[in-house]
Amino acid sequence: MHVGQKHAGKVGTALMADRVSEKDVRHVASLARLRIEPAKIEQLVRELNGILEHMDVLARVDTSGIQPFVPEKLDAMPLRRDEGPSVPLARPVSDIGPEMRDGFFLVPRLATHEDDGSHSS
Amino acid sequence: MSSSTCDLTAAALAEQVRSGAVSARDAVSDACSQVDAVHAGRDGLNAVLWEDRPAALAAAAELDRRRSAGETLGALAGVPLMLKDNIATLGLPTTCGSRILEGYHSPYESTAATRLREAGAVILAKTNCDEFAMGSSTEHSAYGPARNPRDATRVPGGSSGGSAAAVAAGIVRIALGSETGGSVRQPASFCGVVGIKPTYGRVSRFGLVAFASSLDNIGVFGRTVDDAALALHTIAGHDPRDATSAQVPVDDYRAAASDGVRGMVIGKPREYFPDSLAPDVRDRCESALRALKAVGAEIREVSLPTTEYAIPVYYIVAPAEASSNLARYDGVRYGRRVPRASLADMYEATRSTGFGQEVTRRILLGTYVLSAGYYDAYYRKAMDVRALIAAEIRGVFASGVDLLFTPTTPTPAFALGAKTADPYEMYLSDIFTVTANLAGIPAISQPIGKIDGLPIGGQLLAPHFAERRMLAAAYSLEQALGVSS
Amino acid sequence: MSSAAYEMVVGLEVHVQLSTATKAFCGCSTDFGAAPNSHTCPVCLGLPGALPVLNQRAVELATRAALALGCELHGRSIFARKHYFYPDLPKGYQISQYDQPLATRGAVTFASGAERVTRSVTITRVHMEEDAGKSIHDRFPQASAIDLNRAGVPLIEIVSEPDIRSAAEARDYLRELKLVLEYLEVSDANMEEGSLRVDANISARPAGSTSLGTKTEIKNMNSFSAVERALEAEFARQCAMLDRGERVVQQTMLWDAVRNEIRPARSKEESHDYRYFPDPDLPALVLSDAWLTQIQAALPELPAARRERMRTAFALGAQDIEVLVASRELVDYYEAVAAAHGDAKAAATWVVGDVLAALNHEKIEISNFRVTPHDLAQLLDLIRDGRLSRNAAKQVFATMRATGDSAASIAEREGLLQVSDDAALSGWIDAVWNAHAAEAQRLVAGEQKLLGVLVGLVMKESKGRADPKRVNQLLLSRAAGGGGG
Repeated sequence: MHVGQKHAGKVGTALMADRVSEKDVRHVASLARLRIEPAKIEQLVRELNGILEHMDVLARVDTSGIQPFVPEKLDAMPLRRDEGPSVPLARPVSDIGPEMRDGFFLVPRLATHEDDGSHSS
Repeated sequence: MSSSTCDLTAAALAEQVRSGAVSARDAVSDACSQVDAVHAGRDGLNAVLWEDRPAALAAAAELDRRRSAGETLGALAGVPLMLKDNIATLGLPTTCGSRILEGYHSPYESTAATRLREAGAVILAKTNCDEFAMGSSTEHSAYGPARNPRDATRVPGGSSGGSAAAVAAGIVRIALGSETGGSVRQPASFCGVVGIKPTYGRVSRFGLVAFASSLDNIGVFGRTVDDAALALHTIAGHDPRDATSAQVPVDDYRAAASDGVRGMVIGKPREYFPDSLAPDVRDRCESALRALKAVGAEIREVSLPTTEYAIPVYYIVAPAEASSNLARYDGVRYGRRVPRASLADMYEATRSTGFGQEVTRRILLGTYVLSAGYYDAYYRKAMDVRALIAAEIRGVFASGVDLLFTPTTPTPAFALGAKTADPYEMYLSDIFTVTANLAGIPAISQPIGKIDGLPIGGQLLAPHFAERRMLAAAYSLEQALGVSS
Repeated sequence: MSSAAYEMVVGLEVHVQLSTATKAFCGCSTDFGAAPNSHTCPVCLGLPGALPVLNQRAVELATRAALALGCELHGRSIFARKHYFYPDLPKGYQISQYDQPLATRGAVTFASGAERVTRSVTITRVHMEEDAGKSIHDRFPQASAIDLNRAGVPLIEIVSEPDIRSAAEARDYLRELKLVLEYLEVSDANMEEGSLRVDANISARPAGSTSLGTKTEIKNMNSFSAVERALEAEFARQCAMLDRGERVVQQTMLWDAVRNEIRPARSKEESHDYRYFPDPDLPALVLSDAWLTQIQAALPELPAARRERMRTAFALGAQDIEVLVASRELVDYYEAVAAAHGDAKAAATWVVGDVLAALNHEKIEISNFRVTPHDLAQLLDLIRDGRLSRNAAKQVFATMRATGDSAASIAEREGLLQVSDDAALSGWIDAVWNAHAAEAQRLVAGEQKLLGVLVGLVMKESKGRADPKRVNQLLLSRAAGGGGG
């Protein structure tokens, strides 16, 4: 893990005109596991740029030294004791899963360790 | 339906059920008749998505049996009600108005639903909403748009349009909705009913299907302020299953009816009354303010300069959190799955056909603002401005202002299809409501009059956890205006 | 150039499963071996509307580990969402601390290599996160099977600086880290069972250089020796590339334990973009100074301190100390024996020698060993007091292991107790003296070598029960006295 690298860069330029390109839409769609019809991409580029244009106003706001937003009375998280029971399921998992066998959820076969590299644990 | 129990307030109905003057079964039966009478189903208002009348009648009969066995029933004894389809219930589907959860029955129940049932309420149906509560018109439902009972050519508002419509159509006195940017108050305004968004943390979110977790609240609709106050009182309070549920005692909300507003300072934020505000809306608001003044409130002009940032902040924070919250709909464990030979194809086919256009748009927007290189410019910046907005609101309340009054919506209900072409135009419907969500403060919308026969709502905003003070003013205003819903 | 011209630079990321009874964010059991998906609930299945609530014990164990590693604990830390799609990740994101972790800047100090050089590796951070479920790829044809029993089990990730310079050093670091975790009782820390998992970041640079080369990440190592072999293999691969003037590509490598080789992971084209943001479902984790002080005070003695005490208070040699301290239970056992018996050296000889040999032979842990420290101490007492010969003691010890009976009762029962009572001894000596008068006379005459012969004869006469030391003394005094009775 390399904290700090991910969020660096592009900060100054992100709020300029035509921020979202077709390539961005395709990239973001693939991150979100959404397939966008090629014919729809142009429209989405336009819409997203149209929306983000209205966000430019935020760049002008001076937020230096502002304390992070914290909801009222929720400054610290409550902790639970290390004990059950968990919230019960009114129906067994086997009634919920779209495809199950021997108690397992089934998905299309993955090669061993095929993953997006993040799957460290 | 002059003799229908639908005309009784929730409190009065519960009282009569407890005393045995009215049976819970009759109350539920009357509500079912009203569903048919107003055509609330798919072929009509399309306010009701899923109902199970036999189950509801059986639950009511069980309440009657318990009463005759000598048990004391709760504050909502025999009161039929409806829940927005994004609140998990046992027995009825929980689809969030989405294709991706079509046929999904939650195997557990939301805390709010449990508390309502424990108070004796009978959950009659799940109501239509914009898909995953993303929308301001209930047109973005996978199960077709809902319609406004006051004028079926118009939207009921959204995203909790089905619940608002069900209350407005006289089916139930109480319904639950959910708010992320105004999804209870805006439809309340459009449908001429009362809608409350409580303080963030006041009502457990456990079992509320997440849209934008830092903004989401379960809210209540009531035909009157008292109906809404009773509903809120029933579901409010700390829940150990929700780490964002506040450990703050719950006030007696219905007792606010006799609190009055004498001596209260009600702020009128000038940014909510811009020159561009429709004169009719301004006029109804001024009438309401005069009515509040007449019963002892002091009206004071205030300024909230960060108001202009509310919509931009909201439309960064909410889609960002939505893109994260909706990642779980992958076809693996529950809900829709489109079978494909590879996992990647299964994910994409399931999600692309399962989510509608508006949800897709927001997931893309949210993914974009969280993605590498843009986080600081968008999400972090938006959250920082959100902190400024919240600080400004706190500052106004700390300066001796007890409540704020604003219009709920810039216009009455608009026609179906009027705003679906331009997403941002639709987003502006929330312009007066989002600040409460961003700051986490409670707010209520109640009818303050009509414009060309269509209802319009006025909004009271209160400091965190000052629901009782807010309701005191709402009761007073309701009485002073005598607005019939 | 060969590998010798390069220096290995390694940083390790160690995931450790915390020994809690329930999962990190829900009340499901963390027990292994249950039927698939039987330890699941709305929260760890990622059902719509479910919310996480953090396990206090997990925080306690993580804090204990971080304090023991000398880290700076942060009174306020934040849980973020790390997004990626994988079927065993139910929510589409992992709840993990990110830019505001529980603890930073610690160190593990350990003795490395044959020379036992003291080395220190800096710990960059210790953060809390939840585990994913298990994907099983070889159970069904054409399908991968998902079991979410492990999903949501609490982990800490211990990230080191790239301070490690060889595969052996990596192994020694891991051994010490594992030992610390075992002493703390925060985890089983078993690599083979997956409760301790290691990923390595490795780069090569010309010897003497201070800049860092391009690194790769190695995953899928399931034992310390696999870590060693994988690092050697990857280092050799990188060195060879550098020798050929090629560039090392930053990528994820997988260790194949069956083929004993390293190969690149099949990686998607899109770069990783986890879209971290603070989890809005979880307020900040706030730890009070008082609580931290309490945890710190309750920390057990750690391996380094234990070694030091073994050296100073028990005067043990380095070899014995290493063997004993390598297991907290073993060293506890040893200390109990030493305390009860009094002779620390003798206790060490027995525990490191006979006890460990017995454990190896029986393939059991010290916790299952039948001989209690008290009984072993009694055995040692009998040896010291001359009541049991070394050989008889071995025999008694074997019976103790088999029966769990006390040393004294076995020795008594089997007639193995040595006789040092002069009256009894004199009887046997008389018999030998008379039967072997010639030899006796030669001893009386000063022929010392006959002493051994006579002692042997007396031992034989006593069937081994005579205390040879006392027999020795008695024979000498009899000889000095002229051989009279």
